[in-house]
Amino acid sequence: MRIKSIILAALMVMAFSMTASATSMTVKGSTTVLPIMQKAVEAYMKANPGISISVSGGGSGNGIKAIIDGSTDIAMASRFMKDKEVKLAMEKGVYPVPFAVGIDALVPVVHPSNTVAGLTRAQLKDIYQGKITNWKDLGGIDKKIVVISRDTSSGTYETWEGKIMKKERVFAGALLQASNGAVVQAVSKNKYAIGYIGYGYLDKSTKALTVDGIEGNPETASSGKYPVSRFLYVFTKGWPKGETAKFIMYLLHPKYGQAHAKAAGYVPLY
Amino acid sequence: MDRKHKEKMIKMTFLVTASSSILILFLIMIFLFMEGLPIFKEYPVFKFLFGNEWYPTADPPDFGIFPLLIGSVLVTAASSAIAIPLGVMTAIYLAEIATPRVRGIVKPVVELLAALPSVVIGFFGMVLVAPYLQEVLDVATGLNLFNAALMLAFMSVPTICSISEDAIFSVPAELKEASLALGATHWETIFKVVLPASLSGISTAIILGMSRAIGETMVVLMVAGGAAMVPGSLFDPVRPMPASIAAEMAEAPFRGDHYYALFATGIVLFMFTMLFNILADYVAEKHKQVGAATL
Repeated sequence: MRIKSIILAALMVMAFSMTASATSMTVKGSTTVLPIMQKAVEAYMKANPGISISVSGGGSGNGIKAIIDGSTDIAMASRFMKDKEVKLAMEKGVYPVPFAVGIDALVPVVHPSNTVAGLTRAQLKDIYQGKITNWKDLGGIDKKIVVISRDTSSGTYETWEGKIMKKERVFAGALLQASNGAVVQAVSKNKYAIGYIGYGYLDKSTKALTVDGIEGNPETASSGKYPVSRFLYVFTKGWPKGETAKFIMYLLHPKYGQAHAKAAGYVPLY
Repeated sequence: MDRKHKEKMIKMTFLVTASSSILILFLIMIFLFMEGLPIFKEYPVFKFLFGNEWYPTADPPDFGIFPLLIGSVLVTAASSAIAIPLGVMTAIYLAEIATPRVRGIVKPVVELLAALPSVVIGFFGMVLVAPYLQEVLDVATGLNLFNAALMLAFMSVPTICSISEDAIFSVPAELKEASLALGATHWETIFKVVLPASLSGISTAIILGMSRAIGETMVVLMVAGGAAMVPGSLFDPVRPMPASIAAEMAEAPFRGDHYYALFATGIVLFMFTMLFNILADYVAEKHKQVGAATL
């Protein structure tokens, strides 16, 4: 009896792994895109039994790295490819094809008790360069500003650097956090801190600031009014074919993938 | 199979196991150097070690790890200042003063501390200790050098205590008996006989604890603050080397300059740990006891 059930289980595992190996896919990359992808993959696998898709984070750069060396089918990225990465891909004979899957608003956040409601891009730049160091200069209380930034290699940092810092460096005294979640945690625990996060990570524990008087939200980000928005991407190795193409279509579909983007707190494209 | 062959087989098995672990370590070392050294073709060693600017993704990039190096050294030093007295004194208490019952309860508890995953300690430091420090000391941020040192001390106390305790406990009874018989008090015996006799074991314990502190990644990533500058006080944020490697490795372009620079940082870290171990060896050798107290 026992041996029989073991054999049966083994056979089932084998059968399962065989169907899985026929149509399995891997997705890797940005933790910003991850919430959308997890929702989409879950629904897609439910609708298409027999297809298995494994999703993992690791960061935009890691995803792009994986698409170049062929270790993943789809890469997620919260930024576009850099020149260096494009060059490396060309050298290896890989032609990554980008698809935008959503729009994200990057919002500066402070502790909920902070009285400052909004800042201009110039003020944000000065804060992150270490030129403005006291909340008093911004209409707040007389306390030192604790500047929190993402680490220099994150896609989110690069968006911030491009749209706010304009080629200037974030000063060395800024506290660096390794993820969106860590920034939320640090800002919510410090009354004098300022940080920036993807719109999907905004909740009651932090207070969002307006930028140039405009509130960062799905509407202002998709209309282009909000100055710190960015596209979120997936990359495929060459033009997608077969199952990969079907999944990409699903991601771009207004009713399916784009609805998941909205549910994850981002702005759908359509 | 006769006894001789059996003996030979056992010898061979141990030889193969030992040499394969040495070989693997050696290969890891070679890999580390292979991936780290190319940065020095692009960036001078002196500027790498003593440069004050760490902007790996800027254009042109700057790879000065001096603030990271100082961060690592200071965090390790501060955590040792907390952990060594605590660990060694706890060990003395457990081995010499505590009753067997107390010892039987306290020792496993201390060793259990070593089993706490570092991410739990990091989270504890980030969510509970940081806001508390900020409030009580009125500093700009609780994510700083002091918090990191506290959390690291937490992690190295069990190592230091447990190994020191073993060393102290294994000092032969006749040494203590001789000392007591000559009229020395319990305290005099502990400080003048037991401690010197177990010094080599204690120093090994301390160095192992410090190695753990300098190489620990998760905790410093979460609670040290991550500012790449030389700190002005104990309550400034720092960015030790392992934190930098952990935060940035994922997004550094494969075999790009940034990637090489992170591996080169790994080499520096490796050198530090090796230095610690050589030091431990030297101290252990110098204070090696002969006769009955040989450990």
